[in-house]
Amino acid sequence: MENTINIKLKVWRQAGPKAKGRFETFELKNISTDSSFLEMLDILNEQLINKGEEPVAFDHDCREGICGMCSLYINGRPHGPDDDVTTCQLHMRKFKDGQTITIEPWRSAGFPVIKDLIVDRGAFDKIIAAGGYVSVNTGGVPDANALPIPKPNADEAMDAASCIGCGACVAACKNGSAMLFVSAKVSQLALLPQGKVEGARRAKNMVAKMDELGFGNCTNTGACEVECPKGISLANIARLNREFLSAKAQD
Amino acid sequence: MVKIDAKIPEGPLADKWKNYKNNQKLVNPANKRKLDIIVVGTGLAGASAAASFGEMGFNVKTFTIQDSPRRAHSIAAQGGINAAKNYPNDGDSIYRLFYDTVKGGDYRAREANVHRLAEVSNSIIDQCVAQGVPFAREYGGLLDNRSFGGAQVSRTFYAKGQTGQQLLLGAYQALMRQVNEGNVELHTRNEMVEIVMVDGKARGIISRNLVTGKLERHFAHAVVLATGGYGNTFFLSTNAMGSNGSAAMKAYKKGAMFANPCFAQIHPTCIPVHGEFQSKLTLMSESLRNDGRIWVPKKKEDAEAIRAGKLKPTEIAEEDRDYYLERRYPAFGNLVPRDVASRAAKERCDAGFGVGTTGLAVYLDFKSAIDRLGRDAIEARYGNLFQMYEKIVDDNPYETPMMIYPAIHYTMGGIWVDYELQTSVPGLFAAGEANFSDHGANRLGASALMQGLADGYFVLPYTIQNYLADDIATPRMTTEEKEFEEAENAAKGRFEKLMSINGEKSVDSLHKELGLVMWDFVGMARNKEGLQEAIEKIQAIKKEFWSNVRIPGSTGGMNVELEKASRLADFIEIGELMARDALHREESCGGHFREEYQTEEGEALRQDDKFAYSGCWAYKGEDQEPELNKEELTFDVVKLVQRNYK
Repeated sequence: MENTINIKLKVWRQAGPKAKGRFETFELKNISTDSSFLEMLDILNEQLINKGEEPVAFDHDCREGICGMCSLYINGRPHGPDDDVTTCQLHMRKFKDGQTITIEPWRSAGFPVIKDLIVDRGAFDKIIAAGGYVSVNTGGVPDANALPIPKPNADEAMDAASCIGCGACVAACKNGSAMLFVSAKVSQLALLPQGKVEGARRAKNMVAKMDELGFGNCTNTGACEVECPKGISLANIARLNREFLSAKAQD
Repeated sequence: MVKIDAKIPEGPLADKWKNYKNNQKLVNPANKRKLDIIVVGTGLAGASAAASFGEMGFNVKTFTIQDSPRRAHSIAAQGGINAAKNYPNDGDSIYRLFYDTVKGGDYRAREANVHRLAEVSNSIIDQCVAQGVPFAREYGGLLDNRSFGGAQVSRTFYAKGQTGQQLLLGAYQALMRQVNEGNVELHTRNEMVEIVMVDGKARGIISRNLVTGKLERHFAHAVVLATGGYGNTFFLSTNAMGSNGSAAMKAYKKGAMFANPCFAQIHPTCIPVHGEFQSKLTLMSESLRNDGRIWVPKKKEDAEAIRAGKLKPTEIAEEDRDYYLERRYPAFGNLVPRDVASRAAKERCDAGFGVGTTGLAVYLDFKSAIDRLGRDAIEARYGNLFQMYEKIVDDNPYETPMMIYPAIHYTMGGIWVDYELQTSVPGLFAAGEANFSDHGANRLGASALMQGLADGYFVLPYTIQNYLADDIATPRMTTEEKEFEEAENAAKGRFEKLMSINGEKSVDSLHKELGLVMWDFVGMARNKEGLQEAIEKIQAIKKEFWSNVRIPGSTGGMNVELEKASRLADFIEIGELMARDALHREESCGGHFREEYQTEEGEALRQDDKFAYSGCWAYKGEDQEPELNKEELTFDVVKLVQRNYK
């Protein structure tokens, strides 16, 4: 009952951060449409190793769409031609027999290439370090039910918090902006009383760090929202802008 | 055999942790600044420990193999985290959580540790809420709870189907705050490859920078391993691709005992295997068993017709379905513990009632819940899980029942630790899934998150001080010392040896061979002959690996195949250790099921008079048989009985 397809891959190869990159072409036969995109790459790599060649380096880990590690730009779309999924959840049934598939790394000034399809997303950690938290130490906190939180706020905070930090929003944006990522964290914490206390400081510090790290400006094209595997809403960017402006006004 | 001292504090069970804290040694703030701690791993246990140490004023260095601490596999935990809050007023208490955990673990855990875990569970929820973790709430604004296997109360806090993600992000953010304040130095894409010992104490690590390939030396007064479990020994598991047991093996070879390696958890609700190129198995959260009913056809001919694609599950009449968990365990029904549910699924499939093309699957059906509560309610509870299932299997679980089958998920065994979470190597600590401490022979659902955060937020910050208080006069060592050089040379020699093999077989192909042996002989049902055969087969794979593995590239720069090969070398040794431990443990308990030891009804049969101990294996040298030591378990409070979920 199993369906298989033959495909042609055009894969970005780059030996190291400073090396010159190029596309390399491979042909794969009899790929099960039930296999995931990354399993297809595993098959490619197995073949390369058996031929004594270097396998294609790509980031991946949980393979269930939650760790945010996988990061492939497939046929011009971050995470490829399916909606609301990460690359690891993309399956080969989304491709046709005989199709050419182009695979590139995330391309953005904020995410330099390390090798082949692997990029450095350390900038996201730096933005979180600048203020993406509630400043409480371990211990000495009130009972979890001491502060009731309206369910709609908690739910909305959860929606914003479901960002997996993969960077598809940056890769999708023609300006290479990290606004959707930053706004998701700012929104989550601004919606909760625990995070509200230092909301202004957080918005200012995270935005300043984002600007400093070379991410572009947001021009509200919405490409990030379309490509986000977790459906993070543009409404978060509006909330970030509000938080940021009111923080600036307090200065 | 060495005598094992778990350093359990004096006093009645409920007072032990209080007594410990009252009498432990402390380190004053000025001295904390002079002390360095290395934390390897940034999952729930590692991130929460590193953040807490940083807040306390220690100098912390933390290491992760991923590009960011936020990627650790704790992130994939779906269902929830247990705590004894008793918010639903359904009779829960610290004692009950303790009791359920000891019973769920089939009486193979240390009472004092488990009680401490239950005691600190409530503080974890408080801490996470203060950090801004968006737990699910009721309309009144207070926290919501759900039920999990092995409990008759609702004590599980959750954040949609992404509880692990939210808790990890909370710990990660606390960690990044300490990075920002300069208390924690973060090393990403950096793997510990050796522990450095000085005068019998752990004093640092050698790590490999995975981007440059360079080996690095790092000193610390104490080292914490929070590097997760070794489930990937089986190749196919629900673990992330990078999850590995290498740090544990490095510790083992430096003298840390490895306890109960055969206690591995097979999770009942995973998406079944689909083909030989499959890279991993996907878990469907246990929380689904709150509303899903598990069944197979009552008639063999129906099962055969389904396997042949001639019949659909929705065409099987209600009276022709066997809800075998509800039938066998009326009191707990679909919410029996994981080991019980897994074995029951295997029993039905082995008897010829399995479904799916392979016959190795059972149904998890939401029809009665959808009829009762409506599709929207089910979508609100499990929407993301249903979506995940549909993306993988290309089948709509709102309309046809899900297919599930057991898969390796979690390892209860791990590095042996005493009450202070210190290994048998002084100055070397282990936390979270990496240690063996709290779950006995079977872990209950929603207890891994609890244990990881308990160890990191509320146990290690106390116990590590008790150790470091004696070290306040120990100056920082330079890494030019000979111990660091020797350790680096050992690591370097190992990588060069791997690269020099230049054989014919890829790392993955050898790993798959190992995985098949593990699943067939050291999996859900084990027996003496099979385990003996497994040991021989694993030793043959080891030989094949060290003479015939092919690793392209070089030791310089990023080399993913070299990383994988180095980890597989350790998985092979863990596999052998698991088989040895399973062979020696002539009883069935929790996740360890020996076919020779079962009741007439097929339930696990413990041998308490002979095996009420933790089996602690000590390394005795390359190709030498390891030595078994025993930590006898004493049960002062809980009475040992056969687990009964009927």
